[in-house]
Amino acid sequence: MQSDNSKLGELPPHGKAIGIELVSHGDRRCRLRLPYGEHLVGDPDTGIIHGGVITALLDNASGWAVRGDAGWTPESSMATLDLRIDYMRSAVPNMDLIADAECYKITRSVAFVRAIAHQGDKEDLVASSVASFMLATVNVPLP
Amino acid sequence: MKFLQKMRDEGRAQEMGALIEQIPYARFLGIAVDRKGNELTTILPFKDSLVGNHTLPAIHGGVIGAFLEITSVVQLLFDTSCERFPKTIDISIDYLRSGRAVPTYGRALVTRQGRRVANVRAEIWQEERTKPIAAAHGHYLLTPA
Repeated sequence: MQSDNSKLGELPPHGKAIGIELVSHGDRRCRLRLPYGEHLVGDPDTGIIHGGVITALLDNASGWAVRGDAGWTPESSMATLDLRIDYMRSAVPNMDLIADAECYKITRSVAFVRAIAHQGDKEDLVASSVASFMLATVNVPLP
Repeated sequence: MKFLQKMRDEGRAQEMGALIEQIPYARFLGIAVDRKGNELTTILPFKDSLVGNHTLPAIHGGVIGAFLEITSVVQLLFDTSCERFPKTIDISIDYLRSGRAVPTYGRALVTRQGRRVANVRAEIWQEERTKPIAAAHGHYLLTPA
């Protein structure tokens, strides 16, 4: 996995708005980090982060894993087709969330990605996801 | 969730707009709830920080997922008397159209409510109700009141 900080500026506005950082990216893999933030809380009594934040983090990580394919060019584009997330436990407040995504299959038109969200221990997952993306090039635009 | 119990005690449990104000992430996204009789519609006004794709511009897939989840949970809180916020067990999202730079609306249906688990379907749309931009079905863990 290569670290490529020059790509940091390319995270989408919403990724930047919630505070997602690109840790490493390449070879169909991606690792993102999301520092804890008050605006991400879903339950004000406990300070636990909202499930939707984890959805956004896993969606981002999955998309960037596809962008880490050797065949990806600046002209390529993609759209999420479906995303399924399993929530295993609440994220512990005041700790970073890490997302690791791996694109395990790319065909001409579809990419398949699995991803996990954890807080440092991959044996104790916060959530896991499976996603598929439609791929497009200039010659073959998205439907 | 203490404020939920407090609102129930004050007889304000059905004030979904006030309830959603208590969720920092929902407030951050700018989500509002409109209630007409017993029908709820969630509203997500467009803003630049929701964008996932600069060139279109399109709303971020993660925001769409979060909006579907919040729409589902709001409906679940409205329909049930759970003491705490339902916990999402899993959610499966179908992305149907790209979300454009206009307001998005959401509705959810509790398809089954068991003692511990509820099944909820949600759909969100923009200008045309019959052309949803995304749909979701999820399972939520309930804590009975």
